[in-house]
Amino acid sequence: MSEDRFDMDETRDARDFRVTPGDYFRAILKDKVALAAAAFLLILVVLTLGAEFFAPHRPMGLNLRDGLLPPFSVGSKGDYYLLGTDELGRDIFSRLIFGSRVSISVGLIGAGLSCLLGVALGLTAGYRGGLYEDIVMRLVDGMLSLPSLLVALFVLFVLGGGFVNLILVFSILHWMVFARMARGLALDARTATYVLAAKSLGTTELRIVFNHILPNVAAPIIVLFTLEIAILILSEASLSFLGFGVQPPDPSWGLMIADGREHIRSAWWLVTFPGLAIFLTALSLNLLANWVRAVTDPVQRWRWITSN
Amino acid sequence: MNEGILVRADGLKVEFPSKAGPVVAVEDVSFQIGKGEIVCIVGESGSGKSVSSYSLMQLTKFSGGRISNGELTFYRRDGTVVDLRRAGEDRMRRIRGNEIGMVFQEPMTALNPAYTIGWQMAEGLRLHMGLTRRQADKRSLEMLRMVRISEPEKRLRQYPHELSGGMRQRVVIAMALACEPHLLIADEPTTALDVTVQAEILGLIDLLREETGAAILLITHDMAVVAQMADRVVVMHRGRKVEDGPVRQILQEPRHEYTKALLAAVPKLGDMSKRPGPEPMKIIGGYECAPAKPLVAGDSRLLTVGNLVKRFPIRGGIFGRTTANVHAVEDISFTVSENETLALVGESGSGKSVTGRAVLRLEEPDSGTVHFQGRDVLSLHPSDMRDLRRNMQMVFQDPYGSLNPQKRLCDQVAEPIRNFRLDEGSALDDRVATLFDRVHLPRSFLRRYPAELSGGQRQRVAIARALAPNPKFIVADEAVSALDVSVQAQVLNLMMELQADLGISYLFISHDMAVVERISHRVAVMYSGRIVETGSRRDVFENPRHDYTKALLAAVPTLDPDSSIRDRVKPISPPASPIHPAGYEPAPPEYREISSGHFVLRNASW
Repeated sequence: MSEDRFDMDETRDARDFRVTPGDYFRAILKDKVALAAAAFLLILVVLTLGAEFFAPHRPMGLNLRDGLLPPFSVGSKGDYYLLGTDELGRDIFSRLIFGSRVSISVGLIGAGLSCLLGVALGLTAGYRGGLYEDIVMRLVDGMLSLPSLLVALFVLFVLGGGFVNLILVFSILHWMVFARMARGLALDARTATYVLAAKSLGTTELRIVFNHILPNVAAPIIVLFTLEIAILILSEASLSFLGFGVQPPDPSWGLMIADGREHIRSAWWLVTFPGLAIFLTALSLNLLANWVRAVTDPVQRWRWITSN
Repeated sequence: MNEGILVRADGLKVEFPSKAGPVVAVEDVSFQIGKGEIVCIVGESGSGKSVSSYSLMQLTKFSGGRISNGELTFYRRDGTVVDLRRAGEDRMRRIRGNEIGMVFQEPMTALNPAYTIGWQMAEGLRLHMGLTRRQADKRSLEMLRMVRISEPEKRLRQYPHELSGGMRQRVVIAMALACEPHLLIADEPTTALDVTVQAEILGLIDLLREETGAAILLITHDMAVVAQMADRVVVMHRGRKVEDGPVRQILQEPRHEYTKALLAAVPKLGDMSKRPGPEPMKIIGGYECAPAKPLVAGDSRLLTVGNLVKRFPIRGGIFGRTTANVHAVEDISFTVSENETLALVGESGSGKSVTGRAVLRLEEPDSGTVHFQGRDVLSLHPSDMRDLRRNMQMVFQDPYGSLNPQKRLCDQVAEPIRNFRLDEGSALDDRVATLFDRVHLPRSFLRRYPAELSGGQRQRVAIARALAPNPKFIVADEAVSALDVSVQAQVLNLMMELQADLGISYLFISHDMAVVERISHRVAVMYSGRIVETGSRRDVFENPRHDYTKALLAAVPTLDPDSSIRDRVKPISPPASPIHPAGYEPAPPEYREISSGHFVLRNASW
């Protein structure tokens, strides 16, 4: 008779489906490409934060006698220049490390501000609908049809270049993609039963949008955010290259390429290494974004999270 | 010895990968299917019934499942024998859709929305039978005629979204049978359909079995479907086969305790005849609950709905003007008293869910009145409406969708308490914990997330959340339809227990006549936006007067294996289209009073 025993208690069915940070860690260890990208970005962040500590030379230390030394050379005072020097004898490696501060903070803060603005407007527009949505989305359409580089040039020309203005211009010119995406996600979530349920529980609209909908649509927004950082790093480089971004003698990757332009025939390392830094950072961010998209996709998730 | 045998599964074991290593979904399952036989695999969610049958097509591997043990012998059309577990992908492709056909649960998603019906049907025929386009079209037409679809020539040129759910399922069945398979696997083919449509589709499958001689493996959770269809039955529970045998034996002399419990949990139409009030169901082996006092409805009116109308505009033309309206709810009136359950029954598209949402103003009705505790709900200012929500709550059909997947359960249940500032701090924690006790969930679940719970547990959480602000009235919109029968019985009993203890009134929206008979004091039958019949439960069930009510009752499958579905079900005419041109005003409904409180609609078109 013991064979016939069974239980109707369903508690046993409850399984652990939660994905912990440890699972993401194990998942990224299995994906070599994403791991390399993450490692590169991690090293970059560490170097940036501890630039004073890691940089072998002062980024603005002039040493005219050691100008335009190729990579792996030893200077007149016995200093070792890993990636060579520029025409003023400044160490390229140290300038790259200090220059990453500008690139990364412009990328992070710029993308962060445009994300905040875009998501706030987009989510509320998608949820609310009506005239408010029309106004926001037509504004998005209008802003997207502006030639953004030209506008950036003009605004920076009027306001003057520099770090703060650069970030402000980027935030104003880049929030629209976030707004569009957030609106689409909110349109979808608006009809979800859990939103209707929250409404029936007397939850306020603001709380529904930011407390209920936002956590459920965060994954694609994070992916876009990662991509946007890469785009902003590239834009910063272009604007600084054109002379409208960070002003010399502060190092920035774009500025370094601009400075090296004159010596491109004789000293290839001046443009190559900053160019490589920009390329690798953008590439890593793209690869990482791709990985984040894959692991946050609920349909694909089991491939990444399971043990075999 | 293979005389008359088509498929034999021996010691089947299927594993799925998971975080904590492989999880065994199915273990040691053996069954066989004879030629031309209907075998039902019956079990609740998680029993492994779908996985077992998908293994026959090697379909489990697409979701990561691995057949790790067992033999799946299939006797092919040409007389050869193949082990479906070991067959290569090439060979499987020739068997799938050709010698084994498949019908999936969801007719909405089984068809590709981007192609016409004709194109999709022809694809398989050209692939497996090497027909030309013209021959394939001809054969498709024949198949559509065979599944008795109306105007088959027209259907070939239509896209899936232009067909109703029942028609789509007919198309899917036609496609599965087009290559004349010896075995048709039907995975819950009627679960997503209305009862009247379900009866038609089951009748059709039975008819086609006779005509084509194909064996059918029917996967279902519904014992009533088993009773109607099966020759033999395999009962599964938690990945194992608990019992198998001829249908009569399983239904009338079940040996295993689980089979007995499963049968006991099925609400049977007519069980409640001559009983005055709702009564909880008998549950074997599970949590038993009997209401402390009989469920007697009170006298004082709690909710009064008058002449409620909700229409959805269809816009067209270049100026986006309203060209027509979908008359979702057309002039309905009803009342709910204190401590009473009013059931709103009807099939999909009848307007019953819209009614429930309109009463709570989750959807703004176009006209009509709603009075709750004497207050005019529809004219309330949004902030007053919010306050009123304390007393009017809702439980939704889909416990997977109605809980926010990103929030802990305790926070979800605490949400209304926080919204109305009813309690704070440790008092709030206590209150939430008490609510978990109230719906019989362990307190260890408080910090879990919805994905970690089963459907029934989630629905308990949803009920706890609705109870949190101590409401007087709950709209339960198909609250038990998505649940397994045994769980459904427990949740129904819970709802009745709460009504007895707390004096709650329910507007119980459902399509399931047998469930409604169990739980309701009064019933209103909705059809195409109108209430066609209303009265006490006994009036409506024991003396149905409207044709639609009668058809609904006739379509409910019974557990009697001797009553053939084809004899009982007369196809009812499809509902009158609820779409009317803009400006159309239907005649107001007129009711005839059969006896005190028992009304039937007289208008002809309904």
